[in-house]
Amino acid sequence: MSANHTTYGGGTPGAPAWEQDNYLNHTHGLKSWLTTLDHKRIGLMYLICILASFLLGGLFALLVRTEHLTPGRTIVDADLYNQYFTLHGAVMIFLFIIPGIPAALGNFVLPLMLGAKDVAFPRLNLTSWYLWVIGAIFSVVTIALGGVDTGWTFYTPYSTTTATHVIPVTLGVFILGFSSIFTGLNFIVTIHKLRPKGMTWFKMPLFLWAVYATALIQVLATPVLGITLLLLIAERAMGIGIFDPALGGDPVLFQHFFWFYSHPAVYIMILPAMGVISEVIAPFSRKTIFGYKFIAYSSIAIAAFGFLVWGHHMFTSGQSALGNMLFSALTFSVSIPSAIKVFNWLSTMYKGSISLKTPMLYALAFMFLFGIGGLTGLFLGALAVDVHLHDTYFVVAHFHYVMFGGTVIAFLAGLHYWWPKMFGRMYSEKWGAVACALIFIGFNVTFFTQFVLGSQGMPRRYYNYLPMYTSYHQISTVGSYIMGLGFVICAIYLAHSLLAGKKAAANPWGSVTLEWRTPPIPPHDNFDKTPLAGDPYDYSQVRWDAKTGGYVWVDEQSSAAVAG
Amino acid sequence: MSGHSSHPDYLGHHYDTPEQQFDSGSLGMWLFLATEVLLFAGLFCAYAIYRSHHPEIFLYAHQYLDKNMGALNTAVLIFSSFTMAMAVRMAQLGKNNHVVTLLTITLLCGFGFLGVKKVEYEAKWKHGLLWGKKFHPEEHSAGAHGTEALHDAGVTTAAGVTTAAGVATAAGGAGASHDTGASHDAAAMPAGATDHGAAPATGGSTAAPVGINPANADPMAVRSNIAPPPAGPAGLAENAFEPKQKVNSHATPKERPSNVHIFFGIYFLMTGLHGVHVIAGMSAIAWVLWRTMKGHFSAQYSTPVHLVGLYWHLVDLVWIYLFPLLYLVG
Ligand SMILES: [Cu+2]
Repeated sequence: MSANHTTYGGGTPGAPAWEQDNYLNHTHGLKSWLTTLDHKRIGLMYLICILASFLLGGLFALLVRTEHLTPGRTIVDADLYNQYFTLHGAVMIFLFIIPGIPAALGNFVLPLMLGAKDVAFPRLNLTSWYLWVIGAIFSVVTIALGGVDTGWTFYTPYSTTTATHVIPVTLGVFILGFSSIFTGLNFIVTIHKLRPKGMTWFKMPLFLWAVYATALIQVLATPVLGITLLLLIAERAMGIGIFDPALGGDPVLFQHFFWFYSHPAVYIMILPAMGVISEVIAPFSRKTIFGYKFIAYSSIAIAAFGFLVWGHHMFTSGQSALGNMLFSALTFSVSIPSAIKVFNWLSTMYKGSISLKTPMLYALAFMFLFGIGGLTGLFLGALAVDVHLHDTYFVVAHFHYVMFGGTVIAFLAGLHYWWPKMFGRMYSEKWGAVACALIFIGFNVTFFTQFVLGSQGMPRRYYNYLPMYTSYHQISTVGSYIMGLGFVICAIYLAHSLLAGKKAAANPWGSVTLEWRTPPIPPHDNFDKTPLAGDPYDYSQVRWDAKTGGYVWVDEQSSAAVAG
Repeated sequence: MSGHSSHPDYLGHHYDTPEQQFDSGSLGMWLFLATEVLLFAGLFCAYAIYRSHHPEIFLYAHQYLDKNMGALNTAVLIFSSFTMAMAVRMAQLGKNNHVVTLLTITLLCGFGFLGVKKVEYEAKWKHGLLWGKKFHPEEHSAGAHGTEALHDAGVTTAAGVTTAAGVATAAGGAGASHDTGASHDAAAMPAGATDHGAAPATGGSTAAPVGINPANADPMAVRSNIAPPPAGPAGLAENAFEPKQKVNSHATPKERPSNVHIFFGIYFLMTGLHGVHVIAGMSAIAWVLWRTMKGHFSAQYSTPVHLVGLYWHLVDLVWIYLFPLLYLVG
């Protein structure tokens, strides 16, 4: 690579160069965004879209919880309630969680971390975003037509017989699947082919390992969901007799196909979250990451094991006893690489110099909540216990601890961690802590209660319930309101940060991965010169600089001194 | 973009060297092919499951596919793979005139494949040999239907040519349904009947006993609504065949164990999805053909031709699996 310009833009006196020309203002107008090939802009476009989806899914969640304030009807009738929980699940999973970290944060960060100018296939990257938008439109159309009530799992034979709008929503999910496949494909090739000199596989930031493992699953599992949904559509529209028992089909085959994707999809959701946590824990402990290779390999191990455990969703579907046993044993084995990660994060913090900035607060919340989510997964993986807990609120609580307590919390950690790099602004640490506390408390009030409800036998997805469950449901609903308040505060202070936040330093946290070598807001081309990659967790490479209110790179300082 | 003197036009601004770009493109295409294989894998999986659970359906129904047409299409696609490979080679050598010729031939092969497929689909459509709810073979004049069976029976001399075949000639008397090809139909029929009988597990099949017992007139009675009841020994062969179809009719849902329509459902899904891929591949070929004619490629840069070539080979490869699995069962 040959170097060229070192300044960005014209250089009006006063404003630093990076403010005059960066990826946000490099070109202007809506069209320049909608046709952009810049991974950072595409990442931001994803971010806006998935946050809107999160709002939509969250509103459905609040409606579901509100309905449960009393047994029987509280605000809506049963049919509408069925649509609410279906749309809550479908929107949150397919529109928010799956693309959340990889497509939004990953798109922004991944090439920067690699010291690259872009992902391998920028046009394909934009295509993925458009596919996401088209998929989302299908979901919105479904809602406009009157919703769907199958649950996000679309189980046959109900999904082939219900009168609600299964086909548009499954088509939407099919399209979203291809969006996800293309993102994964792009990331795999980028990581393989665009790493800078000096960055061997084992010098990659752990987030990249996590995204890589995720991308493998996206590429290898999502097509199976695609064909499953096509078969479901064909069954519903044409009656092909694959899943419909009335035509000689096997509805349990649908469950196999569906979970062959959807269990690995759980790791599409959680692996990038783990990657974020690895990136956050180390700099805020000012200590190199403990057990780098174990964390890296465990990502791959989780991805691999993830393909072998889908049957644990079907212990009560009439699977063979031998199948059940194998799936149960394999399910337990997945907990090993997950636990390795948690132990390594804890060891990283041990004797570290921990600073409780907002990203770190979320990372700590993640470890607590993911710990509970992961361990309760073992309850459900145990055959005998699962018979009792299957399809109860215990399952609901478990996967919310993993999906929300894990992925959403890590998403928030990552959002707060990379926020200064995305927008060049800081947010209020005080309000950040308040919102994090509210979300953490609200979450536990909502979902810990549901463990109790589930173990007492409250079935999931039911509209009505026995009076004995009333107080638990009410506590849970109040918890969801507390969480909602936390998110409102979060939205307010982040919006304030965009408009009037303090200007960020180029490296406010003192991290040493390559994205922090760019100016506070990266330029259009990321790097003039491919940076030389060092150890991503060696914090002696930077030192605090009171003048800029951030960290500066020791090597840049010394070369600047030499040059001066 | 930013002033690399050695940065050729075809090289993306985020790549350092043409090799890096070529390697990235190839890896990307291979990964994409992997996802395509997995997409089809779902259907192959469904095929394997239903074939192992209900082999009789596949043995019986595959006879209605035209092996000659299938073989012709296989040959067409293999030839097109060859011309595609040659096109890629010529592109690497920068011989763009050859590339244009070879890509055009490949494209024409694609049209040829689709044309043959259309003929096959039309025949199926005409005879009601369709998926699930649309499977109504007995409602159609089985003249051509019989001819098709004739093809197959002739070619395969199928598994179960038993004594019934002899009697069957008279089954032509079954009138509406089976005039011309009746004897050949019958030759194939016992195979169906035997298979059917061999798999009572699928749910109370009475077809086999009915087939060999002309005294059992019950299915005949129902049948007679559609076609004049055959007399005497002819009824034997007719029976041997007809319950097979009858049990698929919607009039008797209780007796639908054979579910022959599942085969046609899988057939249409697999060949349909493959057909969509053929069309996608042809569009891609047309695109690189256009770019070649525009002079976009040279000995230094012909990556898109290479990538489209990889894709086209996969499309052919899928067919190479589909052909024996669907047409050559047995
Ligand atoms: Cu699972």
